[in-house]
Amino acid sequence: MVFKQKHILGLKELTAEEINLILDTAESMKEVSQRDVKKVPALRGVTVVNLFFEPSTRTRSSFEIAEKRLSADVLNFTPTQSSVVKGETLLDTARNLEAMGATVIVIRHAMSGAPWLLARELDSSIVNAGDGSHEHPSQALLDLFTVREVKKEIQGLKVVIVGDILHSRVARSNIWGFIKLGAEVRLVGPPTMMPQDVEKMDVKVYYSLEQALKGADVVIMLRIQMERQGSGLFPSLREYSRFYGLTRERLRLAKEDVMLMHPGPINRGVELSSEVADDVHSVILDQVTNGISVRMAMLYLVATGGGNA
Amino acid sequence: MSTKVIMDSETISRAISRITNQILERNKGAAEIVVIGIRTRGIHIAERIVDQIEKLEGIRPPLGTLDITLYRDDFRRKSEWPKVQKTHIPFSVEDKNVILVDDVIYTGRTTRAAIEAIMDYGRPASIQLVAFVDRGHRELPIQADYVGSKIVTLQSETVEVHLEETDGKDEVVVVGK
Repeated sequence: MVFKQKHILGLKELTAEEINLILDTAESMKEVSQRDVKKVPALRGVTVVNLFFEPSTRTRSSFEIAEKRLSADVLNFTPTQSSVVKGETLLDTARNLEAMGATVIVIRHAMSGAPWLLARELDSSIVNAGDGSHEHPSQALLDLFTVREVKKEIQGLKVVIVGDILHSRVARSNIWGFIKLGAEVRLVGPPTMMPQDVEKMDVKVYYSLEQALKGADVVIMLRIQMERQGSGLFPSLREYSRFYGLTRERLRLAKEDVMLMHPGPINRGVELSSEVADDVHSVILDQVTNGISVRMAMLYLVATGGGNA
Repeated sequence: MSTKVIMDSETISRAISRITNQILERNKGAAEIVVIGIRTRGIHIAERIVDQIEKLEGIRPPLGTLDITLYRDDFRRKSEWPKVQKTHIPFSVEDKNVILVDDVIYTGRTTRAAIEAIMDYGRPASIQLVAFVDRGHRELPIQADYVGSKIVTLQSETVEVHLEETDGKDEVVVVGK
């Protein structure tokens, strides 16, 4: 199968077959990351720009390592040290970078839809590294990859996503991805953090963490965005933690071999107790490691696939 | 479209025996040998060579599989890009005589990519190439050390190595257009 997409903007737009191709390719990329020389010449001559308008440690570093392992030429764009501070628009910034030879642009932006705008207006391949509260495809793909690596099969698994579903791009992409690969998705969080049209997404909605955890194979804890405290979505961190924080006792309600995931950065003692974060069920650091392989696969497929070859 | 069988099951088996003996003679036994097959049919030929070495010497050399997709030099020219598959080399190639096995040598570009890939795993004492069928038309200065059959072909023709493991029977055919 040839990857026909020129861009990877979100999981809503990918078919199950395309998602599986990315995951299969990521398996081969993982082998590259386990060698002494962790580098292949696959993207020699390809220029990739990392256009990050929001702070990021994990995603940005992971994309940069992935690009370098594929031998791409990498440019890291820092908005605070660019013409953006002089009022240059996103589109003009991206057009200028494309004029300098960028073949692939990896973009993170606070505005939902920014990657779609670039994909419509530019010739470069666009990879969405997180747009507003909309999608975060690379995070969802690395979550799918990590689950498939451990459980072998995603079909039929019970996946619980806990927290601020409404504002979480990680949750949205994960919902699309897990549903497309045949998992049962359960969402749990305070009613104020649940999207209005959530029932249309073919998911089960819970307001009790205990009920949602029963028989779960995978638990994905979302980060509580501290900046939302005081915005009326929940009374206090302490209360949120009391009802929706994951403790060892609560985790026992899930299956014995449950996988615990978190996109990071963790607020220890808020969404997760520290003992659970470091528990044997936790695959949080495996997610970080696998992120490189998955991003290598995404970059390789958009740069060499049907849309560009 | 014409199809001409140039090797049957018996000649394939004989060619593998001859290649195995040549490898053992040149390397003075199997002690320092590792064998790496290039996907897909190179792997099965490599397996057969390793089986024969084990029968003759009582030593089974380590066997690896190599996918060269990430080392190809032509992704901007391809209309159909092959799926990246797994490479599995679970041993050190450092100071070993690597026997690299492919089913057909044509332009030499696959071999170039394979050599580059192997060098990323370490510094072998030597890399020796088994090309089961050499059909000519080289674009790079690469020659095989061990050849099952050397044939003259037109560029418009294709050479297909069919093996029991993947195709249900052993034969080499030249398909003309």
